[in-house]
Amino acid sequence: MIELDNVGYNYGGGELLTNVSVKLAPGSFHFLTGPSGAGKTTLLKLCYGALHPTSGRVRAFNMDVKGLDRDQMAMLRRRVGVVHQDCRFLDHLPLYENIALPLTVSGRDLTHEDGNLNELLKWVGLGERLDALPPELSGGERQRAALARAVILSPEVVIADEPTGNVDWEMSQRLLQLLIELNRMGKTILVASHDLSLIRMAKNHVQARVLRISNKQLQLAGADL
Amino acid sequence: MSQGRIRKMLVGDPQADRAVPPSGFTAQLTLFVSGAMAFLVVFALALSLAAGRLADRWADELARAATLRINAPADERAAQTEAVMKILRQTPGVASARALTVEEQAAMLAPWFGADVALEALPVPQLIEVIEGEPGYDATGLQLRLSAEVPGAVLDDHTRWRKPLVDAANSLRLLAMVAILLIGGAMAAMITLAANAALAANAQVIEVLRLVGAQDNYIAQAFIRRFTLRALLGSAVGVALGMVGVLLMPEASEEGGFLTGLGFQGFGWLWPLSVPPLGALVAFVATGTAARRKLKELA
Repeated sequence: MIELDNVGYNYGGGELLTNVSVKLAPGSFHFLTGPSGAGKTTLLKLCYGALHPTSGRVRAFNMDVKGLDRDQMAMLRRRVGVVHQDCRFLDHLPLYENIALPLTVSGRDLTHEDGNLNELLKWVGLGERLDALPPELSGGERQRAALARAVILSPEVVIADEPTGNVDWEMSQRLLQLLIELNRMGKTILVASHDLSLIRMAKNHVQARVLRISNKQLQLAGADL
Repeated sequence: MSQGRIRKMLVGDPQADRAVPPSGFTAQLTLFVSGAMAFLVVFALALSLAAGRLADRWADELARAATLRINAPADERAAQTEAVMKILRQTPGVASARALTVEEQAAMLAPWFGADVALEALPVPQLIEVIEGEPGYDATGLQLRLSAEVPGAVLDDHTRWRKPLVDAANSLRLLAMVAILLIGGAMAAMITLAANAALAANAQVIEVLRLVGAQDNYIAQAFIRRFTLRALLGSAVGVALGMVGVLLMPEASEEGGFLTGLGFQGFGWLWPLSVPPLGALVAFVATGTAARRKLKELA
């Protein structure tokens, strides 16, 4: 699905990542962990084409990400659902329309998707909040809404950046449960998180591999977690 | 741009429209600017058309008539007039020639000398009105022949004082057209600025749209549609007001001269109607260019 080959990234003030090679196989579940500032978000951005590597190559769906023009990049974003750390929404539109946004921008007719949308909103537990504006939502609700928006187009890959960053333990478990369910449906999942207890819990339910960034390198963490 | 795309843009995608938050104040400004510009264009158009009519009329009326003046002692005048008439009859290109009667000449001089002046007592030259045919006569050739055979006759074919008048009217027309082009350019510049401001103000929205997989065209369309419709509406109102203004100007009249001739005549009234679509086109191109450039900078 997504393949990083000897990727390096340099912000201009020295190397942040060097010689990173990883392959996200279809249906796999990966955690990405490491101290804050180690480059987790950067690595995720390299995966979905928001950043281009300074060395090495990123391939997504067998296409070199660097060679994509702006329209092709937009098409790539439709195949990769991303839950951002700060999960931005359009604050003037109600939740329902925000979650439907990927459908709208890809020219789908919302009237045919109404059933799916309502089901999805119920799945993330926001069935009652359809008309709320994003600023009225709590942190956990925003994260779940962002997840719903990320999967509405039924992408093959879901990338989540600290989805449990500012929610309580119970909400973290709920979000994790949603990601695990997505993985069981066959989606490839990549989650950046520094929450080790969450990762441990996930390993009880799903075959998850843990990637750790340390010393600018990416390592496969063993059973020590 | 295909017909389908034009129709799609006019009908619009209500969802795409909602994605960009409404912008109250800049919208009013765009409306006002296009209205004001359209209003000015209507007057520049009226000026241009009137100047054009004037130039054509002067060139036309004056070109076909010429005057022959015979300065001769009273006793030779009849003989010389007869000689000139004979020459004129032989000249190809002269449609008709007619010696003015004493009464006609008196009427022409009345404004200067009063109605009851005895013209016979004054050495007034005999005037002959020459109407040019199609094609016209050779003025220089005629002049040479006259000076050889009737030294007292002077041909005045009006070119001398007609030319600067026609030139002036033509420059006025040119100036008005330059003014229309400048107004169009100024409108494009202002709409570009407004569109840039709107795009910059909505940078966050654009970023979110890009993140969820919106293509540049989709995002640009929302802005282009808004500015195009605003320009169309604004210039329609501006043109309507301008046309009412022109309509309220006094009728063309002999006494008023050139100024009262300002306005539209006949099919000329159709010209201002082309301003709103052109204004919309200007906005369409300006916003499209601004959006495509700005979107590349943004995300």
